[in-house]
Amino acid sequence: MLTPRVYKEIPQRYRLEANKCKKCGRVNFPPRLVCPNCGSQEFEDYRLPTTGKILTYTVVRTPPVDFKLQKPIVLAIVELEDGTRIMCQVTDLPPYVENYDEIIKIGAPVELVFRKIFSEGEAGIHVYGYKCRLI
Amino acid sequence: MAVGIVGYGSYVPRYRIKVEEIAKQWGDNAESIKNGLLLYEKTVPGMDEDTITISYMAAKYALQRAGIDPKEIGALYIGSESHPYAVKPSGTVVAEALGITPDVHIADFEFACKAGSEAMFVAYSHVKAGNMKYAMGIGADTSQGAPGDALEYSAAAGGSAFIFGTENIVAEVLYTYSFTTDTPDFWRREHEFYPQHAGRFTGEPAYFRHVLSCARALMDMSGLKAEDFAYAIFHMPNGKFPLRAGKILGFKKEQLEPGWIVPWQGNTYSGSSPTGLSATLDIAKPGDLILMVSFGSGAGSDGFIFKVTERIEEVRDKAPKFWDMLKNNKIYLDYGLYAKFRGKIILRPEL
Ligand SMILES: [Zn+2]
Repeated sequence: MLTPRVYKEIPQRYRLEANKCKKCGRVNFPPRLVCPNCGSQEFEDYRLPTTGKILTYTVVRTPPVDFKLQKPIVLAIVELEDGTRIMCQVTDLPPYVENYDEIIKIGAPVELVFRKIFSEGEAGIHVYGYKCRLI
Repeated sequence: MAVGIVGYGSYVPRYRIKVEEIAKQWGDNAESIKNGLLLYEKTVPGMDEDTITISYMAAKYALQRAGIDPKEIGALYIGSESHPYAVKPSGTVVAEALGITPDVHIADFEFACKAGSEAMFVAYSHVKAGNMKYAMGIGADTSQGAPGDALEYSAAAGGSAFIFGTENIVAEVLYTYSFTTDTPDFWRREHEFYPQHAGRFTGEPAYFRHVLSCARALMDMSGLKAEDFAYAIFHMPNGKFPLRAGKILGFKKEQLEPGWIVPWQGNTYSGSSPTGLSATLDIAKPGDLILMVSFGSGAGSDGFIFKVTERIEEVRDKAPKFWDMLKNNKIYLDYGLYAKFRGKIILRPEL
């Protein structure tokens, strides 16, 4: 049962809420209480930008059970416009791809979109959050 | 005090299926469907898309165009016949994701294909009554037709969002009117997956009676004739009905064309006429008068007369335009993939 954790993570999953160190400018996603870069504890609220580029990706052909119908799943590390790096699923791909390298180029521009990540079985909740798609 | 749309946005999924592909599956003649219903292809939601995600994207684009703080939105209403939950609102997820919560009134509406215009009407009424500064009405659906049913050719996915307010209006609401009766033309019982329709009820006593009565009442109220309008949008269950309704009312095809999206998008139910309006706003000029009439089985029509303002030129490029989204980045599915995407395949429980 994932529901409590999902609920706690809503600000990040839905709204990409991060924090930015007032001293050194480092962006933390998810937000942190102490800056790992300079040790400062002063932050300002910060929302991640919603465009970026693919740094690298991998294809998961045997995903967890709740993702089985979506297989294969493509996970990417995306560098957002401000330099923040996040990992997310790449969506809106052709359903059958022989060679992903032909479709997903390293450095390809992407936008973050709001999608259903998975559903908890047949009767559980739907979990929503961000994914990216090629622009 | 003028009240109108201050921001609008639509969302179109990237996946498509062509009429030929569906017809092949069921032994239908694709040409007769294309010629008879004026339908060519339709949008299919991705497996991770539903009314909530479509509403969010349309609303995000509406906010981009409005350029307002989401916290100032006092109400958010989503009209749909495909809310992902039977119990738990779609609107709470969308409002949370947009950063509108917690000072907001949320409700999900349902009235077949008319739920979106209903959401718009209530949002508009709140602002007009002075209850709040801004209110958002959304129409979105990921509708299903039973496999092999004629509705399978039209039931599509998409949606549009409209923010109403009194400042920086892009299209002022001049008149509204609703025409409603108890007409059993189309329904879905609780726990049923696919809707039922009473064939002979769907045309004359349902669609045409309500759409024409609503449009005529608005034209009477306003003293406006068909030629006074730059554009008109009528609910689009197929390609033919809205053109025929327009013709009966005296509209020319050029007045209908920008919002006549159904041949290439399909019927997005609660999103249908609202998205036709959004597509029309993408090309409208200041001063243009626009008539929009929805239709929902069961049955009723909501009608609006809008007057476009000069601000339209400033906002329309701030978010993706409808026809660009419809024409670009398409991914075609065959029937097998479509059936999988739409959950039409019976799976073993462990899958
Ligand atoms: Zn720091």
